[in-house]
Amino acid sequence: MSENITTIVDCINDNCPMPLIKTRKAIMKAKQGEIIKVIGTHEQSYEEIPMALDAMNLKILDRGKENGQWYIIFQIV
Amino acid sequence: MSQKDKNKKITIIVHSGDFDKIMSAFIIGNGFLSMGVDVSLFFTFWGLMALKKGGFKKAKLSRMNFCGLGKLMIKKRLKKYNVATIDELAKSFVELGGKIIACSMTMQLMGIKKEDLREDLVSEYGTVGRYCGETLKSESSLFI
Repeated sequence: MSENITTIVDCINDNCPMPLIKTRKAIMKAKQGEIIKVIGTHEQSYEEIPMALDAMNLKILDRGKENGQWYIIFQIV
Repeated sequence: MSQKDKNKKITIIVHSGDFDKIMSAFIIGNGFLSMGVDVSLFFTFWGLMALKKGGFKKAKLSRMNFCGLGKLMIKKRLKKYNVATIDELAKSFVELGGKIIACSMTMQLMGIKKEDLREDLVSEYGTVGRYCGETLKSESSLFI
C-alpha cells in the first residue's frame, strides 16, 4: 500500500493544533483517490485526527506507532 | 469529496482582547475548520481592539501578566513546546476558510477605521444581527 501514498504530511514535533491543521490543508489540496500519510509525535493527535477524518467521512486505511512516531494513512473519497 | 459535516457551522464571539483568550479562540476555530466545520469569528469590543495592526503583540495575559513578564514567560514556553503563534494560527484560520467578522458598531464607538484593522484577516463587517442570523444556522456558539 505504501507505494500508493501520494502525500506525506510531516507533523513531527508539532504541537496542538498543528497536526490537525496540516492534515486539513492536505485534504483541501488533494484530489479524489489520493492516499495521504500523516506522521507525527503529538500523542493526542493520534486519537484526534481520526475524529476529524470521521467527521469528514474519510476512512482510515492504516494507523500505528513505530520508533516513537505514529502514522495515519487515509484515502480521499 | 463527500463530507457529511459540510454544512455544519460554529460561531464564536471574541469579546476579550487578552492574549491567552484570543489564542484559545483561534485554536478552537482552527480545530473546527480542520474537522470540515464552517467557523465565523465575530470580533467585538476588546477583541476588535486586538485585531488592530500590531494588536496581537500588545495583547496582555488575562492573569499573571506581571507587567509583561508573565507574557514573556508564556511566549518562551510556547516556543519551547512548538506551539504556533497567534499570528500563525490567525493566518491558518483564514487559509482554511474561516471567516473573521469585525463589529462595525465597535469600530464607530472606538473610532477604528478599516485601515486600522488587520485587513489581511478581516473578511467582512457586521453587527449583532449578522451574528444572530449566523448563529441560528449553527450547531453552537461560544463567547470568549
